Amino acid sequence: MGLTANSTGGGALDRGLHIEKSSPDERVVALAGNPNVGKSTVFNELTGLKQHTGNWPGKTVTNAQGRCTHQGIPYILVDIPGTYSLMAHSAEEEVARDFLCFGGPDAVVVVCDATCLERNMNLVLQTLEITGKVVVCVNLMDEAERKGIRVNTVQLSENLGVPVVGASARSGKGLAELMDQVGTVVTGQRECRPAKVRYLPVVEEALRMLEPAVSARLSGRLDSRWVCLRLLDCDDGLRETITGYLGFSLWEDCAIIKKIRQAQELLLEHGIAGDRLKDILVSCVILRAEELCMDAVVCVQGGYSRRDRKIDRVLTSKWAGIPLMLLLLAVVFWITIAGANLPSELLSGGLFWIGDRLSDFLCWAGAPGWLEGALVDGVYRVLAWVVAVMLPPMAIFFPLFTLLEDAGYLPRIAFNLDKYFKKACACGKQALTMCMGFGCNAAGVVGCRIIDSPRERLIATITNSFVPCNGRLPPPRKGKQSGRKAG
Amino acid sequence: MSRIQPAKRRNTPSRPDAPAEELTLNRIRRGETARVKALKSAGSMRRRLLDIGLVEGTRVECVQRSPAGDPVAYLIRGAVIALREEDSSRVLVEYC
Repeated sequence: MGLTANSTGGGALDRGLHIEKSSPDERVVALAGNPNVGKSTVFNELTGLKQHTGNWPGKTVTNAQGRCTHQGIPYILVDIPGTYSLMAHSAEEEVARDFLCFGGPDAVVVVCDATCLERNMNLVLQTLEITGKVVVCVNLMDEAERKGIRVNTVQLSENLGVPVVGASARSGKGLAELMDQVGTVVTGQRECRPAKVRYLPVVEEALRMLEPAVSARLSGRLDSRWVCLRLLDCDDGLRETITGYLGFSLWEDCAIIKKIRQAQELLLEHGIAGDRLKDILVSCVILRAEELCMDAVVCVQGGYSRRDRKIDRVLTSKWAGIPLMLLLLAVVFWITIAGANLPSELLSGGLFWIGDRLSDFLCWAGAPGWLEGALVDGVYRVLAWVVAVMLPPMAIFFPLFTLLEDAGYLPRIAFNLDKYFKKACACGKQALTMCMGFGCNAAGVVGCRIIDSPRERLIATITNSFVPCNGRLPPPRKGKQSGRKAG
Repeated sequence: MSRIQPAKRRNTPSRPDAPAEELTLNRIRRGETARVKALKSAGSMRRRLLDIGLVEGTRVECVQRSPAGDPVAYLIRGAVIALREEDSSRVLVEYC
């Protein structure tokens, strides 16, 4: 469940990103995208790595990196956390934004979900403000086709000013073309002229006032328009990061301060200050996204089909929703416990037979009793018990859980249970991490990342260990020793 | 959509603290569609709501109530998103 040395070791604490190039020719390509658009699938298909992918947000626990070579160019692909925006409201968004701005990627691939492209355009447009070296990958084209949604990638590419490639990552379709386009961008064969979002005339005027002074100081290290926007909307968190990156503070430059004041006065004359400016900036991006999609997306029957609605209505209905959920959970548990019985028995039989042979061997070699006790009865027996008891149920439970994930049922569970969890000041998504906790508490704790609110996440993290994981579940057959190691 | 009968628009009983014309998103019934007028929430929730596309003029359809009545799922710009009542009650809307 995404438990790798990378995600749980010291690396999990390190929010920054360090790319180690093995040769200077290697090009760094960042993979950005909303949560749940198949970003990790694209990443795995391209790099051949087996990162766990699942269809609930937050699966990319840390920035995974992988290598691939396409048409002779070596690439390092960096899978950055899935976010809806780069305005840095959460730790994930901050990591994503910082990497795009300051990590110096040679190109950025923004993966989009063709079934709801409009929502994804927000991130695309925000990325285009930071860098022009973008390739848009419209993923899940096959699913969109089934839902009667057609995306005109040529039109979209024309409107955005950057390459747009349609793909179906699960079947590997369109990925070669994607890398072709990435190649043209990193080698500079294709000059990208990203179409920037135009804000209100008065905001544009303020930007025009500010931009010359700022771009003179930046000397092309960051996109000056983007920096001006951030200067105007007073993003404090970003101030330090930009200062650290540039090595000097834009906020201490007299010429810039003067221009900022002038621009803010101009905005104030039009009644735009503080939150109002932020609203305008966000709204303009979203309205532009709407425009782009009106041009490029044809919906034959609407994204959220009648069939999906009907299924959802049953799964989350007042009377059937919760009983169905309990039934499913019971079935999953029954299959896990009943199914794990036989392999568990075989494993423990086999492993203990080996243990007996080991102690025979030690006797024969004339080892002292305390050594045999420590090695065979201590180390080996405990290990054998843990493997025999925990491996089979885990090997059954997690694949079943993944099936539910793939069917998209898990977000419905969170939806059904949110109110009850809210009464305990927690979040409905905790139901999912607790379910994972039945398999393995560690996986459940790592999964708590999907919860947005820091307080609710903390509650979920702390309380997860109270879920009895399969190592602590009562054994279904007699004769087992108690006191097994917990997951 | 034809199967869902839009609920008859009655005048929602006005509470003393909320005037009748202050229609908020949480009062929209299943199957009804409304247009966003303004957001009353502030801080991170406001930014989050804007990010999911709840800007002025956005059409929002109420699709499904959860078994406990809260949260409620809304169709916003092609995506189904669940909002808790404490958040949706801060979104001012009008019928369209």
